[in-house]
Amino acid sequence: MMKQASVPFWRDERVLAWIAQIVFLVVTVAFLWYLYHNMITALAERGLLPSFHFLKLTAGFDISQHLIPYDRSSTYGRAFIVGTLNTIEVSILGIIFATILGIIIGVMRLSTNWLINKLASLYIEIIRNVPLLVLLVFWYTGVFLQLPRLKEAKFLPGPTIVSNRGIAMPWGKPTSTWHIYLYILLVGFILAAIVWWRLTLIGKRTGRMPLVSLWSTLTFLGVAALGWIGLVIFAHQAPLAPDLPKIQGLSTVGGLELSPEFLALLSGLVFYTAAFIAEVVRAGIQSVSKGQVEAARALGLNGFQTFRLVVFPQALRVIVPPLTSQYLNLAKNSSLAVFIGFPDLYSVAGTIHNQTGRAVEVTVLMMSIYLSFSLITSAFMNWYNKKIRFVER
Amino acid sequence: MMNREPKQYDTGEVLPPPTERYTVLGWLHKNLFSTWYYTILTLVTLYVLYIVVKPTLNWAFTQAQWQVVVVNLRLFMVGQYPADQVFRVWIALHLLAFTAGMAWGIFFPRARRIGAAILLIPLLFAALPFISNFSRVNWVLFDVFALLGWGLAIWRPQAMRRPLLVLILAYFPILILLIYGIKPILRIVKTNLWGGLMLTLLLAVVGIVISFPIGILLALGRRSELPIVKLFSVLYIEIIRGVPLVTVLFMAELMLPLFLPPQIKIDNVIRAMAGIIIFEAAYMAENVRGGLQAIPKGQYEAAWALGLNGFQTTFYIILPQALRNVIPVLVNQFISLFKDTTLVAIVGLLDLLGIASTVLAQPEFIGRQREVYLFIALIYWVFSYAMSYASRRLEVALGVGER
Repeated sequence: MMKQASVPFWRDERVLAWIAQIVFLVVTVAFLWYLYHNMITALAERGLLPSFHFLKLTAGFDISQHLIPYDRSSTYGRAFIVGTLNTIEVSILGIIFATILGIIIGVMRLSTNWLINKLASLYIEIIRNVPLLVLLVFWYTGVFLQLPRLKEAKFLPGPTIVSNRGIAMPWGKPTSTWHIYLYILLVGFILAAIVWWRLTLIGKRTGRMPLVSLWSTLTFLGVAALGWIGLVIFAHQAPLAPDLPKIQGLSTVGGLELSPEFLALLSGLVFYTAAFIAEVVRAGIQSVSKGQVEAARALGLNGFQTFRLVVFPQALRVIVPPLTSQYLNLAKNSSLAVFIGFPDLYSVAGTIHNQTGRAVEVTVLMMSIYLSFSLITSAFMNWYNKKIRFVER
Repeated sequence: MMNREPKQYDTGEVLPPPTERYTVLGWLHKNLFSTWYYTILTLVTLYVLYIVVKPTLNWAFTQAQWQVVVVNLRLFMVGQYPADQVFRVWIALHLLAFTAGMAWGIFFPRARRIGAAILLIPLLFAALPFISNFSRVNWVLFDVFALLGWGLAIWRPQAMRRPLLVLILAYFPILILLIYGIKPILRIVKTNLWGGLMLTLLLAVVGIVISFPIGILLALGRRSELPIVKLFSVLYIEIIRGVPLVTVLFMAELMLPLFLPPQIKIDNVIRAMAGIIIFEAAYMAENVRGGLQAIPKGQYEAAWALGLNGFQTTFYIILPQALRNVIPVLVNQFISLFKDTTLVAIVGLLDLLGIASTVLAQPEFIGRQREVYLFIALIYWVFSYAMSYASRRLEVALGVGER
């Protein structure tokens, strides 16, 4: 056997690898330091040395939509939070609606009805080949801004007011019993969890799994309905009072007001992402081999049972990873909101940069927030994916 | 054991396999009205289609004023590129036609019909009533050059392989020199005058071509056994993939000038290009890594057994195979980048979408949003669809995934 010492160090691969890494590290660090040095010099000339103190200064600009209280006397830091919350809001709503629409179109794509099938593929082929930003601008300027003016606004049943100022819908206003109702909902949730747990146990013991999700949902809804009725009877006050929109002067008052920017952004994101989700769903369902369906039918399962117990769980394993990346894409794509004037994180960050000139801090802050969204989502989906993974026997 | 006679089904006459032949009614029954709920579904869908399509067509042919597109066609195509220099764009296109014709002749010598169909498209453009005679001549020339390349390839398929490779590799630098200019021969056209579809395509091409080598290095770095190199590559790739492209463009737009020494000034278009390259390199790296992972371990072992060192193994054995597998994925990346270039409009560049906004600001065309955005959506759609169709064909031609 050859001794290690007989290889001179300049031909020892491990030594060479370390030398290569050290050289790489030195060069990279030197390069980054050079960039950093240039940046600091340039910033020092403008008197803008990096610091996050500006976050405590008064912002002095308005943000048209905010989920938490905000006005022009709030701080830049709060403006950042408002933008972030807007991004989260539109992303979550977008993910929910895009998933529903995507599943519908994906199933349509598999239909044996020629018309439905072709319609779904036409939709997918059109949407997937047009840039999202063009779709967004089209929704905004071509659809929502072309609605009638407020004077000639359309009234849909509800009343829902549709105009180029957006859509105002009836909504609920919390009353004095609202906080009691929240406790009732919590009780309902706990009861539903207990039902879920017991039914799963029974299912495991007897080998006949009851409709767990259905029963626990029904429990929750039942408690919610009973609580509502109880409050009306005993406290003479429903937890939510109807809040109806009406036109007052040049704007609508009351109800849930959805701005055209928000609606355009949401529709654009949903219709765009749904086309991609549809393809993911279709590929997932098609990946389940035909033998599985035939075997399930041979065991006496009916069509619905075959889908719920055999096809769907197996398709889910194929669907989840690409679905995750579609969700992440949607969240990242919501940053295009700035082009149609919706105050999302990117848009607010842009305004803050214009006012303070603090390019570096704003960029770092904005990128870290987006990055943490991505990391959290993919961590959650990895966990979920592990949970539903095929257990090899 | 029981002795059973096999049952006799044979009636003496051999029936032909059933052929599926439908009359129109039969087809309708099978595909649209097979069950009662399909019948309802079909009828409801037809009704919805009717109430959606009829007003749309009505609008497109009677109410829409397409004049805005016709008048501004040059803006949409090349932006503010000087009118007397547009011939340079045409030369670049002709060279592309020549190269593509040659490639077609070498790789698909039998697919004449599809080729001829493609050649009809420029002739169709030439026949449009509202374009200038100069453009008309050039569209015809485009076909002539494509045919010339194709003819050469058919005449000497073997001898033309090497020139074709050279042409493909040299096309990118030639393109940039043609559009930008070389001092004594061609006037310099500053990048801030580039615009329209030309800028969109250039951004996509530059983004893919330059991010390609960076992506390969990052992919190799991520698979490297050197922990520092690996860490650096993983950090770069995951950070960039975790943020939206707009934020990278924002950074390139605002921070790049700060990073560079004060003597160097770069304009908006170059900054956007840098942003796109930084962003695409991370995605390129993941695509290339996919190709690298598909190479069986035996290839490495065989290369080592032959006495090749790490560098030789990577560059002579592994990468050529990996990159061949990656080509269709790269086409898809090009398509999505082509669509993503619209984002430069957010940072104020005049690409196809940015030009649309300036056109809409012209006082005589206020309120023509639908026409303009539908027109540019159509351009994006035609390009992306054609490219994705081509990439599907390419996948079959390369035989990726089957050996």
